[in-house]
Amino acid sequence: MTKQDIIKPENLVYQKPKLLNDTPMHYCPGCSHGVVHKLIAEVIEEMGMEEKTIGVSPVGCGVFAYKYIDIDWEEAAHGRAPALATAIKRLWPNRLVFTYQGDGDLACIGTGETIHALNRGENITIIFINNAIYGMTGGQMAPTTLLGMKTATCPYGRDPQLHGYPLKMTELAAQLEGTCFVTRQSVHSVSAIKKAKKAIRKAFENSMAGKGSNLIEIVSTCNSGWKQSPEKANKWMEENMFPFYPIGDLKDI
Amino acid sequence: MTEQEVTLMKGNEAIAHAAIRCGCDGYFGYPITPQSEVLETLTELKPWETTGMVVVQAESELAAINMVYGGSGTGKKCMTSSSSPGVSLMQEGISYMAGAELPSLIINVMRGGPGLGTIQPSQADYFQATKGGGHGDYRLIVLAPDCVQEMADFVDLAFTLAFKYRNPAMILADGAIGQMMEKVVLPPFKPRRTEEEIEAECPWAAMGRKSGRGSNVITSLELRSEEMEQINLRLQAKYAEIEANEVRYEEYMCEDADYLICAFGSAARIAKKVIENARAEGIKVGLLRPITLWPFPSKPIQKLSKQVKGILSLEINAGQMIEDIRLAVNGKVPVEHFGRLGGIIPDPDEVVDALKQKLIK
Ligand SMILES: Cc1ncc(C[n+]2csc(CCOP(=O)(O)OP(=O)(O)O)c2C)c(N)n1
Ligand code: SF4
Ligand SMILES: [Mg+2]
Repeated sequence: MTKQDIIKPENLVYQKPKLLNDTPMHYCPGCSHGVVHKLIAEVIEEMGMEEKTIGVSPVGCGVFAYKYIDIDWEEAAHGRAPALATAIKRLWPNRLVFTYQGDGDLACIGTGETIHALNRGENITIIFINNAIYGMTGGQMAPTTLLGMKTATCPYGRDPQLHGYPLKMTELAAQLEGTCFVTRQSVHSVSAIKKAKKAIRKAFENSMAGKGSNLIEIVSTCNSGWKQSPEKANKWMEENMFPFYPIGDLKDI
Repeated sequence: MTEQEVTLMKGNEAIAHAAIRCGCDGYFGYPITPQSEVLETLTELKPWETTGMVVVQAESELAAINMVYGGSGTGKKCMTSSSSPGVSLMQEGISYMAGAELPSLIINVMRGGPGLGTIQPSQADYFQATKGGGHGDYRLIVLAPDCVQEMADFVDLAFTLAFKYRNPAMILADGAIGQMMEKVVLPPFKPRRTEEEIEAECPWAAMGRKSGRGSNVITSLELRSEEMEQINLRLQAKYAEIEANEVRYEEYMCEDADYLICAFGSAARIAKKVIENARAEGIKVGLLRPITLWPFPSKPIQKLSKQVKGILSLEINAGQMIEDIRLAVNGKVPVEHFGRLGGIIPDPDEVVDALKQKLIK
């Protein structure tokens, strides 16, 4: 049997979502960003919202999300994505509006915009890639960097005396009256990916039903920033990130 | 023609009414004296129940300007208003909107600075408005109203210019015009554009990728230097076109003038009284009032510099527009400045004295 004999429509078991462009992704091998992109593309496609979705990309490694998912996008200044999304959704109530943000973007420079958009109950979804580091700028300390974790700007490990404590934005978001669905997921295994996809679908449906704000944190790996192979990074994440950032729903109404 | 209805209101209130009437889709703002009446009037008028205009009190000016960015990126007519400290906070978003070429309207009802300064009127944000303010090589279209009527009229004009050139526009007013009550004839109602109309006017807008077209992306990012240079050159060509086509100014009693006052906004109102007083003493003074601060009316000033013996730049600041006047006249005649600071409005008599001392001697 040759390769050509196998490549037949009846043998097809998996296909790249149509909304994912063929543009080569700039993400490092093992990085969570690419997997989450795929899930978003799949959910938009499955909901039939290709022509009615507006994404807001961050400043961070996800900045070029607009090159990879074939929908309309606005690229925000660092941290401001929820402000853009607020206006877009208010002006276009029948559109699906989501932001895609890293931990530096969402939990540091954009903390104000994030908390207030969630607290106003804007009918948007915020997808929060928490890799506990500033990937794009070369691995500096993030607000979510774990205690003891080494980064380019805490080379001796995060010390609470010097750097304060890691911020649990998702726990904070769950306290806000405006949020309807707050969950923490990951994409390091097949079952985790399936659960993360379900969460994205629920959040997008909530946004369209006008139920309020949705926050999905994806505990993620940054292989370059952590200086770990994809395999090691997944293991390190399970052992170190999950105890501090436990996976599961924090709020679902 | 129906009789025009004359009403009495503050400049800030006129802005709110004009915004609703010109078919504005979204206002995003944060309270600050002396312009809070814009948001207050809008929330009182509840346009979301009539025209469908969205009004949001943001958590900061930083958020407000980025809401304007988000909304403008979808082709909607979006605006914000603030006063000096708030407009400083908005500079990030303004630069991004200039870079992404988003049509929008920012209103600065200036107060005295620097820092928290004073809530009294000032014109000290001239540099910030006309020279950049945020980072990068960009320009805003800047309109300077000198009365409540122009506060109302310039809202529609600013939006028209912004959409014509895909560029943010600014109305640079000051606390005096924002707070003072005057007679005004409000502009007629224009309906908000339909989705189809927005699509036709703004084929670049990110409003959901319709089948048959590629995805629309609103961004100011381009990491390839060659491409980024081309984008900048295209922006510069656009600015040159605006400079060639959109200069607006008023000349007042310039025909026989031996001396010229250049002043904008509130200062131009004072200048007219100065001219009356000076002419009563036999000094023939005229006024050139820039209506667009950018593009700046350099050519008409240059032309008048051949006729007059000197120019006084009357500004409610320490001397900012004077630099543009000096560039325009290129040393041909003396150009001097008079202004008051700290929120003090110059008195016409002290301006006549300054004119004599600095230029007539
Ligand atoms: C106003 C501003 N400050 C700083 C930067 C530099 N900067 C770019 S991305 C980034 C951090 C991104 O980290 P994160 O949001 O965690 O995203 P990641 O790359 O890890 O996915 C920083 C500080 C910027 N672009 N703009
Ligand atoms: S630097 Fe980190 S976050 Fe950025 S692409 Fe590489 S692995 Fe992903
Ligand atoms: Mg990060």
